[in-house]
Amino acid sequence: MGADAQHRLAVLGAGTMGTGIATLAVGRGVPVTLVDVDEGIVVEARTTVARQLRLARLLGVLPREGVEGELITAVRLADAVGVATAVVESVTEQTQLKLDVLSEVSGLVSPGTPLLSNTSAIPIDELAGATARPQDVLGVHFMNPPYMITTLEVIRGPRTSEAALDKTMSLLDALGRTGVVVGDGPGFVINRVLQRMINEAARIVQDGIATPEAVDALFTGCLGHHSGPLATADLIGLDNVADSLRVLLDRTGDEGYLPCDLLVEKVRAGEWGVKTGRGFFEHGGTR
Amino acid sequence: MTASTPALQERGEAVRRNLMSFLERRTKHPVAADVDLFATGLVSSLFALELVIHLEQSFGVTVAGTDLTLDNFRTVDAMTALVLRLGGDDRE
Repeated sequence: MGADAQHRLAVLGAGTMGTGIATLAVGRGVPVTLVDVDEGIVVEARTTVARQLRLARLLGVLPREGVEGELITAVRLADAVGVATAVVESVTEQTQLKLDVLSEVSGLVSPGTPLLSNTSAIPIDELAGATARPQDVLGVHFMNPPYMITTLEVIRGPRTSEAALDKTMSLLDALGRTGVVVGDGPGFVINRVLQRMINEAARIVQDGIATPEAVDALFTGCLGHHSGPLATADLIGLDNVADSLRVLLDRTGDEGYLPCDLLVEKVRAGEWGVKTGRGFFEHGGTR
Repeated sequence: MTASTPALQERGEAVRRNLMSFLERRTKHPVAADVDLFATGLVSSLFALELVIHLEQSFGVTVAGTDLTLDNFRTVDAMTALVLRLGGDDRE
């Protein structure tokens, strides 16, 4: 009950992750303002959130009864973040775009409002540097889909305050999530390992050593992974995988993070995975 | 309430036929009324939302609250029982 009154979320960016985070929040009774730059996008996002909310309830991962958080959509940051108790930045994985958005938003919220970036790989301290109050900035790396996966990576930057971390953990508690707190660095923990693994798996397919089905069958069958690296890549979105790999390459200089030709080709062809219906695998239909 | 009267039985048959033909069209396989659609892998649990929408649009029912559970969509028989319980009729 108290959680409903305490928390009010602003989510910036109504893409795959932004709409998923909004679904989680409203399903847990936390009001959300979801912002994107285009009226058409936010109208579509309302439909997406409603659909995801039903799916989540059907699957039993969000409460079937109880108070729903209000969903408001907006196309201007200024209309959205003033009353928020926390802001989740979930715009496209491009550094300058994220820096611009975080810089603008930090001028609009009251001091002490946690600014949470859902970046896949950009170091939190780099993003914090663009804001008026770096102590309020931290990383909250939701997994896709956010309304189904209950554990997430919380990144504490070198300048993040204890107060901001406490407020964030309280929000995650209201959302029914468990945050694992880790330190800062390109890709943090998950993506430093996972993106490299996806790139290598794609290179294996590119070199004709194995089919996508064979690669994934080894990881699921032999290692007990819930899904193989290429199915995971399709779920994340190959566009985002390529963007994250470039972030990691730029900051580590490690050529292993250079997106392989097959991955680049798929992104160029619009084969981005689940969100476009085709990536390493075909999607849609009944399975 | 059970489908005991001839009228109810007839409505149940119509719902069952509709669902079986919808599933056959989508999965490209004939589907028996009592087969567990998820356990057999004929459809994924994500497809269940399409089943919800199909039920609502075809029979004029609204599935909400505690009815929104996978168990109600596990078999053609379970979906038929749900439609009858919610007072739906075949609109096609």
